[in-house]
This record gives sequence, C-alpha cells and structure tokens, in this order.
Amino acid sequence: MTDERKTNSFQIVGKNAALVDAWKKVTGEGLYTDDFRIAGLLTGKIVRSTRAHARIVKVDTSRALAMEGVRAVVTGLDPGAGVKFGVLPISKDETALAVDRVKYVGDCVAAVAADDEETATAAAESIEVEYEDLEPCLDPRKALQPQSVPLQTKSPDGTNLHKAVDQAFGDVEAAFQASAAVSGGRYEFAPVTHAFTEPHCVIAHFEPDGRLVVISAQQVPHYLHRAMAEVMQMPMHRIRIVRPMVGGGFGGKSDPFPHEMVAALLARRAGRPVKINFDREDVFLTNHGRHPTQYDIRIGMASDGAITGLDAKALIDGGAWGSFGVVTTYYNGVLSQGPYKIPNFRYSGRRVYTNKPPSGAMRGHGSVNARFAIESELDRLCEQLGLDPFDVRKKNALAPNSTTVNQFRITSTGLVECLDRTRAASQWDRKFRRMPYGRGIGLGCGFYISGSALPIHFDFHPDPKYGQIPQSTVHVKIDLDAGVTVHSLAADTGQGSDTMLAQCVAEPLGIPLSRVRVRTEDTDLAPIDLGSYSSRVTFMAGNAARNAAIAALEKLQIAAARLTGRPAQSFIARDEKLIDVTDPAVAVSFDAAVREAMRGTGALQATGSYQSPRLGGSFKGANAGLSPSYSFQAFVAEVEVDPETGAVRVTDVWAAHDCGRALNPVVVQGQIEGSVHMGLGQALSEDMRYLKGQVLNANLLDYKVFTSVDTPRIHSIVVESIDPEGPFGAKECGEGALAPVIPAVANAIYDAVGVRLTSVPMTAEKILAGIRKVGRGAKPKLPAGAAR
Amino acid sequence: MRKILLRLRVNGAHHEVAVRPSATVLDVVRDTLHLTGTKRGCDMGTCGCCTVLVDGRARLGCLTLAAEVEGCEVRTIESLREGEQLHPLQSAFAECGAAQCGFCTPGFLMTCSALLSRTPTPTPEQVKDAISGNLCRCTGYTKMYEAIDRAAAQMRTEPAREPELSSREAVSGGSR
Repeated sequence: MTDERKTNSFQIVGKNAALVDAWKKVTGEGLYTDDFRIAGLLTGKIVRSTRAHARIVKVDTSRALAMEGVRAVVTGLDPGAGVKFGVLPISKDETALAVDRVKYVGDCVAAVAADDEETATAAAESIEVEYEDLEPCLDPRKALQPQSVPLQTKSPDGTNLHKAVDQAFGDVEAAFQASAAVSGGRYEFAPVTHAFTEPHCVIAHFEPDGRLVVISAQQVPHYLHRAMAEVMQMPMHRIRIVRPMVGGGFGGKSDPFPHEMVAALLARRAGRPVKINFDREDVFLTNHGRHPTQYDIRIGMASDGAITGLDAKALIDGGAWGSFGVVTTYYNGVLSQGPYKIPNFRYSGRRVYTNKPPSGAMRGHGSVNARFAIESELDRLCEQLGLDPFDVRKKNALAPNSTTVNQFRITSTGLVECLDRTRAASQWDRKFRRMPYGRGIGLGCGFYISGSALPIHFDFHPDPKYGQIPQSTVHVKIDLDAGVTVHSLAADTGQGSDTMLAQCVAEPLGIPLSRVRVRTEDTDLAPIDLGSYSSRVTFMAGNAARNAAIAALEKLQIAAARLTGRPAQSFIARDEKLIDVTDPAVAVSFDAAVREAMRGTGALQATGSYQSPRLGGSFKGANAGLSPSYSFQAFVAEVEVDPETGAVRVTDVWAAHDCGRALNPVVVQGQIEGSVHMGLGQALSEDMRYLKGQVLNANLLDYKVFTSVDTPRIHSIVVESIDPEGPFGAKECGEGALAPVIPAVANAIYDAVGVRLTSVPMTAEKILAGIRKVGRGAKPKLPAGAAR
Repeated sequence: MRKILLRLRVNGAHHEVAVRPSATVLDVVRDTLHLTGTKRGCDMGTCGCCTVLVDGRARLGCLTLAAEVEGCEVRTIESLREGEQLHPLQSAFAECGAAQCGFCTPGFLMTCSALLSRTPTPTPEQVKDAISGNLCRCTGYTKMYEAIDRAAAQMRTEPAREPELSSREAVSGGSR
C-alpha cells in the first residue's frame, strides 16, 4: 500500500464527522455508569476520614450491621482491603480502605452496602471511628524534613520525599555566564482539579459462576483490570471490566481507584451487585488533580535572542499517594525541552507526600507548570534585550527532524506556522504594547507528547527482554452483513476516540462511517489498548486501527481478484467498491467482495497493532517524556483589566495547534476549545482551598469553573504538519492546547497594566496589589525589536 | 420511611408515584420513572446537568421537589424529539460537535429549548446568559453557540414544528 500520509485524496479522514455516539448523547439514550438498572442493585457508601493524619484505634460497625436493609460492611481488615495498588507499578502505595492509619481528610475508612440510599447513608453515619491524631504534614516545604511519622512506612530517610529527579545536560552555569541576560523567578501553582461533570461511579457484581463484572467510568480499563485482580486476588480472566459512556475524564479517571475496589469488596460480601455513585464532595476528596507546585526557573539568552540555558527546580505536592507522581516529577523537567532548543539544561524535581487528597494526572500532565514559567521569563528577556516575542520564539523553535539535548526525537513540527498564523489572526502588531492602558495581549507556546513511547508496564516494553506486547491492538471483524466491527480497549471519554477509530478503519476500506460500529467498552471483547491518557489514543490506537483495516483490505483485494481475474494489488477501496486502478470499469462492490472473501473461512478477522519505535538515550530517566511525536502550539490571549478592581476579562484567545493532520477537524477544534477553557480556569479562577487539610470548596459553586459568561471567544487555528508516523499524519490534540493559555494570559495582563504575576490563579486581588505596586498607568514600552 | 403519593405528568404521560416527601424531580425521573437521560452532576444546583422543563420553563431537577410539580407538565430530554424526528437543537448539537462527553448535553438542550421557544432569535449575549447556569467542562461552549444559532435558524424556517408543540402544550395544560 502506498504511503497515503502525503496525499490529500481522503474520503473520510480530514472531513468533519459527527461523533459516532453523538445521537445517543443528544437524546439522553447513552448509558453512563449511573444509568444502568440492575435487579437487586445495592447502594454503597464510603465512610471517609475526618482527620488529616491519625491512627485508627477502632472502627465500630456494630450499629450499621444491625440495621435493617444493610447487606454488607467492610473495613480495612477485610481480605484485599489492605492490598497495595497504584497506577504505576513502581509506586504502589494505595489501599482500598485505610488499614491502620488515615492519611487525609476524605481517606476511605469503611463502607456499607444497603438496599437503598437512605439506609446506606444512615448506616455509614452510624459507623464510629476512634482516631489517635498524628501530626499532619500539610506544607510541601516541611515534607522534605524528617517527620515524626512519615506518610509512607518505607521512607528511606524519615522524610515525606516520594521521588527525586536530577538531570543535567551541558553546563548551565557557564551558559548563563556567557549570556546577555539571565532572568528567573519563582512560580506557584494552586491545586486544580478536573471537575468533569459526571461524578465517579462504579457497579461491581459477581455473576453466579463467581466471575466479577465491574462497570466503571474509567479512562484506563486495562490498568483497573490489573489492579482489581491484585486486590481481589483473582486471576484477570475471572474479571471483566466494562467502561460505559464516561462523562469526562481529563486524567481524573485514569487511576484505578479505591472506590472501585470497595464496590467489589462489598459485592463479594453481600452476594449482590453494588453501586457506588459519588456526590460532588466525594469527587473533590478523590481529586488526583494537578499537583500544586513551586517552580523556580532561570533562563539565559544571548543578545540575538537564542536561549542559552534553562535551570529549573520543582517542589511538587503529591498529597497522600503516589498515583502518576513519578512521571509528574520527570515531566516537570523534561517537558521543558520543547518547543525550543535548550542547549544547556538542569533540572531538580522533588515530589513529596502530604496529608491531602492525592494529586495525579490532569490534562497537560507535567507540562503546564514549566510552560507558565518559561513563557513568562521569555517575555521578560525579550523586554530586557529589546527583542520581539514572536521573533525570539521562532528563532528558538525546534527544527523538524532534530534531537533535543536529552535525546527527544522531533519529527514533525508546525510551531513556526502556529506562530505566524496567531500573529496574523490576532492582529498582534497593531495591538502589542499599543493598546490603551488596561488592555493587553500576550503570547504563549507549548508542546506535548503523543503518548509515551515507553509504557509503564514491562509487558508492553518494546525491548526483547521484556514483553513486547503492542501498546495498542485493534481487531476488525467483517461478517455477512458487510458491516465492519472495530474492537479496541481505547476508552472514549467524550474526546471522540470511537469516531477516530471508525475513521481510521473506514478510510482504507473505502466505506462510509455508517458501515462501521466501534466496540470499545468491554475487556471481554476488546484487545488491550493502554487507554486514554498521555494523549496517546489517536497516535497509537489510530495507527493500530488503520493497520487492522489494511490487513482486512488485503483479504478483500484477494477476493476481488478471484472474482475478476485481475491482480489483487491493483484494487483500491473507494466508494464502497473495490476498484481496479488500471481499469476503473472493473469494480466489485464491497458487499460482493466480503461475501467472496468469506468463502470457506467465514467472517473476516484482521488485527492491527502499534508499538512505538525504540527511542531515546540510556541515561537515568531517559525514557521520561519520550514520544513518537509531539504536538506544538502558539496561543495569543487578549485581556481587559479593570485598574479599579483588578478584575481581568479575557476577550479572545487565538489558539494555533499543530495536530499533524486533523482527522476530524471539528473534533480537533473542540479539543482546542475545551483545553483553552480549562487552562483559563487554572489561570484565573480555579483553586482548591484547604484549611488544616480540609478542602474548603469541595463543590462547583465555590470551586470556580468558567461558565459561558466567563469564557472568551476562542478562535481555534488547526495547523497540520503531517506527521511521518502518525495515522494519516495525525498526532495529539487533546492536552497540549491547555498549557500555553496560562502564560498567554499572564503576558497579556503584563501588557495591559505592567503587572507580572507569577502565581496562579491570577486573581483580581493579586492584580490589584500589583497595580498598587507598579503604579497606575504603568503601560510597558514596546521593545525596539518588536517595532513593525 | 413515610412516602407520599404524587400524581405527575411527565413527557405527556400520567404517573402515580409513591416517594419520600423530600424526593426531587430528579429523583423521580431517574430513580422511579427510569428516565436516565436527565443527569445527576452535583445534586446541589451548581452544574445544570439535571435541567428539565416545568411548564415550559427550565428548572433544576435536583432543587425542585417532586411535590411542587403536581399539576405541571414536566418534560425531560426523552421528550425533546418526536418519534424518529430529532429536535433541531439535537441535530445541531450532534453535527456541530457541541456534545463531547455528553453528560451535560441533556441539561443544555432543555435550557436551550426553553430559550428558543420564548426567544426565537436570541442575541449572542442572550444565549450566553441563558446557558450560564449549565456547566460544560469539554467544549468551552464555543461549538454550542454555533449549534444554537443553527437550530434557531432552522426552527424559524421550519414553522411546521410549532403547531405540533403547541397542540401538545394545549393537551398538557399549556405553558405560561
């Protein structure tokens, strides 16, 4: 088959398509976990810790057990409840229920299952837990000191350190010495969380033969499958995971969770199906949101604008558990290796445990902090050296087919086009430093991985000494109805991955999407895909789907050859036909080709898979941040700041994102727009507030997500660099578009009122304090190099 | 637990339901009538996922007691389409990419249908205000504006739907 990446003659790919499940969504017919109606279903409720750090002296469940309608009660002493699990095999430190110690307000202590909601709630409230308080560690800076009782019993030095990463390439100090300017500062990030609209929900049920079925709102059914097997001490083949429609994830449904284990424990004890449906407070206490971080940075620049070196130091607040934290600790450093050439680099990251709900992965995982700091400092350097912010970013842009100092392989990049198009679309040159005081415009860039080249389980490692199982496998089945069924475990959480899979199968087979049905919800049906995180699905599952379709096409080509006597390789699939390219008058309908291909073999089955090439260096931590391809962004934000109140209103965001090829442009735009929305929340309003370890705003009234009234006009600009290895040239579009918006807004605020903010959220109070400090009317001057 | 007997009219059908006095409209439609299209996102009036129509007005199902809506016409997402015929808002949301995860979608659609039935040609500001009580975490609302515009335009050029709607309203006691 010719490499169709370079062509533009697609019938399906690159065309706007409604999501294949959109019709279920707009009619309310789609089933989310809480929508399943199962006979005999019990309601499960979790008893949560009211203490930030305490020993459990006693859990008295006797009153709950005596209640009519209560069918099961479990505590940390139940078999399995204390089994350590976690999404990363290298830091399993979570348990379904606290065994002898609670580690944050909200930690799961016990659980009940009862006939109805009221009984379950009353039973949970009747459980008395006696605590012996321990000193909580709430400040990450103090977590690096020896603790009276460290959060993890295995702490090697008595502190709450979880992960330390130190990396250096080149000589940063020498580079700074030789630089025309060095700029730096401390950047601070408040905790933010995913705030998906669907609360977590799980149903666990033991079938009469003893097999466990778990229905759960999950991004990574396979990791849940593994963890569930360990906790329940059952072989994986005796467990089936079902992932129904998911009401948003954004990283917040990408860990195996205690409540999922608890539901299974309760179902086993009760002998009946159990549902645990979270309320909004449960969701906030479960968290796994973006890590609150203190980020110190210095960047050096030559007089011509070339970046000479970058020195970064991160103190990362992990909360009570590991989650994805080891990856986070690396990403905070290594994801600052793009989108610019950084010849000298030093990074020191420390992730610590504190007595707070765990932090985890959230959209743009690990890249967001560095981006805010770097893009802000670049603007300061431009100002100091009299340079144009666009020119400097273009000058430093990573080139296509280049390698970073830490050996990331850069293939396609559309950064320069992103910069050019946002500059023009935003009318930058008319506005930058030229608008009246109080109005401003700012730029921020970014890049992000298209999935991790190295999987977190060795089973999927490409090295021959490990498992070498592909990271994505897709099965295609074509039966007598001549419809095409696509099986994959890639989890559609609303981002449209089912539609993407359908497109990647339909295009090579020359059929409309209406012939394709995608079944991704069930571990019994689907071959393993590692799931929806790290922006991997389009690149990896998309490639696997395309490969599966090509394998199916080969069978149809042979069938067409049998029917016509022409050579198999002369047939292309188009318009629901197999057409002889040498003589287009010779064609076989798709249905006839399927029928012929089934002769003697029955339904056609084809497999496709994707395994990342082996990439990167051999130093410690070389694997972190490696991806077969990277997306690139350049965003401009325009703001109005009220100098009386400090209130900032973002009026417009121009968001250029290089996604390789837009398989479904309307969906790509939707991903960009959603990322911008979420980034603006982190930039300006979102902040999980704590008092003594207690979340103060565990609801969507006090935790401020942007509403329609807050959200600006978002002008998404889709840039297509056509990746050499992505499916049809595509790469990620779901996460990279979040980070650049934060520095773009910060730089715009600076342009508006001369206030340089270094902590998010950038609240009116902070801006007003800044205005008082620099004085009203302090509009920054246009750098000489930026005059047009 | 004490229950009260309520006579409710939901999507044009009469139901007699025995529920707790504290049961909300959301509780009844989801848990008693099994109309699961209406979603429970927060249960405290902050997300709008549970929006239903009560006598043609958008109401939060989680903050409205079922006992309050006796004698009213309650409409849920399940009644927005007529048979096979999708409401223009439904088609437009699907085609414009205005529904991503879809969890907030039924609430938005009910809010928007109430808006368009009163204000057939809303200004962008009116649309923004009308949907400001519904949270969407996926779309940044951008595609929704396009979808609402498209649906409004279609509804203005296809008045055929209007008599059907008003005849249904007449049967159910009318909307005010």
